[in-house]
Amino acid sequence: MQTTFTGRVWKFGEAISTDLMVPGSKVLANPGITPEEAAQFCMSANRPGWVDQVQPGDLLVAGTNFGCGSSRNGSQPLKVLGIACVLADSVSRIHLRNAVNTGLPTLVAPGISAFVEEGQRLEVNIVSGQVKNLDTGKTLQAQAWPEDSPPFQILMAGGLDAYMKDKVRKAGLVRA
Amino acid sequence: MTIAEKILAKHAGVDSVKPGQYVWCKVDATSGHSLRALELLGVDRVWDPERVFIVDDHQAPPPTIEVANRMRETRRLVKKYGIKHYYEYGRGGILHQVFAERGMYAPGELIAQGDSHSTSGGVFNACVTNANMDAVHILAFGDLWFRVPESVRVVLNGTLPAWCVGKDVILKVASELGTDYGLYKSVEYVGPVAAQMTLAQRWTISNMGVEVGAKFALFEADAKTDAFLKDRVTRPYEHVTADPDAAYEAQYEFDLSTLTPMVARPGDPGNGVPVESVLTEHVKIDQAFLGSCTNARLEDLEVAARIIKGKQIHPDVRMLVSPSSQEVFGQALKAGYLEILADAGALVEHSTCGPCYGGHMGVLGDHEVCISSSNRNFQGRMGSPLAKVWLASPATVAASAIAGEIVDPRQYL
Repeated sequence: MQTTFTGRVWKFGEAISTDLMVPGSKVLANPGITPEEAAQFCMSANRPGWVDQVQPGDLLVAGTNFGCGSSRNGSQPLKVLGIACVLADSVSRIHLRNAVNTGLPTLVAPGISAFVEEGQRLEVNIVSGQVKNLDTGKTLQAQAWPEDSPPFQILMAGGLDAYMKDKVRKAGLVRA
Repeated sequence: MTIAEKILAKHAGVDSVKPGQYVWCKVDATSGHSLRALELLGVDRVWDPERVFIVDDHQAPPPTIEVANRMRETRRLVKKYGIKHYYEYGRGGILHQVFAERGMYAPGELIAQGDSHSTSGGVFNACVTNANMDAVHILAFGDLWFRVPESVRVVLNGTLPAWCVGKDVILKVASELGTDYGLYKSVEYVGPVAAQMTLAQRWTISNMGVEVGAKFALFEADAKTDAFLKDRVTRPYEHVTADPDAAYEAQYEFDLSTLTPMVARPGDPGNGVPVESVLTEHVKIDQAFLGSCTNARLEDLEVAARIIKGKQIHPDVRMLVSPSSQEVFGQALKAGYLEILADAGALVEHSTCGPCYGGHMGVLGDHEVCISSSNRNFQGRMGSPLAKVWLASPATVAASAIAGEIVDPRQYL
């Protein structure tokens, strides 16, 4: 798993809900929808057209309580769109777990929304939590996961699926 | 230790835990939304088929062929894994209500379910929270990792005035503390008003725990809790209380003696204001929704029926009523509440999550305005991103449905 990310920043505001990332009326109501199709509705209510502008490797920065609301996995469309890493002043618990399980590095970084402007470039180390603004030269400390913590191990495995495959095999739960 | 610390320590098999610590805990029950993920991993059994719970609630009965086929898949998985608790439409309702009715929550237990409103179960003095994708870990192993949360206490002082209910309390608290005072924390609600409220009113506050970011939204257990659990839970359980020296990150005090009915303006559940303050705006409504896991229990339907009895829903308004479970539907039917509502021109639906999440059975169109007893009013939540959703108590929803605009329910009682 890659641990350092450098990319251009898209900024979003406070309390960006999972209803905005995964609109229920578009996605939940259509269970046959593919992840790629579903991603086209991400942020369509609050920022129409954004999905056409975002490039693989871009970073997303948000204010407090990012991913509030429903347990729909808002990290999946972000990952499909190519967002490499998410930083927010604070992140909802459910969204943070979904991010870990999806394998999308998502860090709680108090002060991040005042630290960077849209379009600036950041360098983020998800092991140390150090964030550097490559345009201003300033640094900010994000909350890194303890390296022995389950979420860090799941993230380093690339997400829950890879982590579980290994764990059920080692436990002898998989049929021969 | 706090209530959450005690329950997590016990389930981790250790004497004590501290906030910030990561622990693996045995889980007492979960929901079965991840059975297909388990099958894809090649695992052919669940850790305990008696403690896995599935109810069709978000899109039942199926509105499309795709959903119908997904339900066929669920039935296949239920048979394959021998899942005991499986409730289809007609026998179930909304997860958080049915889970309780079937005796799956008891004080002191640790439960992780696949829906954000899982904090609802905290009303039973149990640590209940969401596990979405990683519920598959519970299905395979019966345990899950947890970060021990910081605990905060919300002390509800005074006496709750007549016609104010749990919904008004949580909208008031969220309007003052914001919608992140519980972020990643265990919130304990205590004080005279916590004791005064009915179980159903407390349930609304635990349910909206996730709306203030909480991992757990807990009440202490009392005789009201035990009365509900009697004959539903046959296994032994003990009430869990915090130690006198338990450490809280913060304590918030509210005097609720002067509380008045609240509404949350569109956009965020934290946008609460007294309904009196919006009367001069004459907010016309297109839809009134009395439903969801938040506020569609028997006493919610009772107060709506009492307000609406002998009157008609305003001609410009559609009212949707969806009881929180089939059991509640039957009780409201026998008590005559559904008859009163139907005679008034309300559409009485089956128990469903549909309208609340903008899925089906009452999706909002562009520029429509809805007053809802549900939990979220985010942009696009109930349908069109151009629609506006106001949150309120069942009484305020019912009174507004008659008036055609948002009104103070006290004028109608």
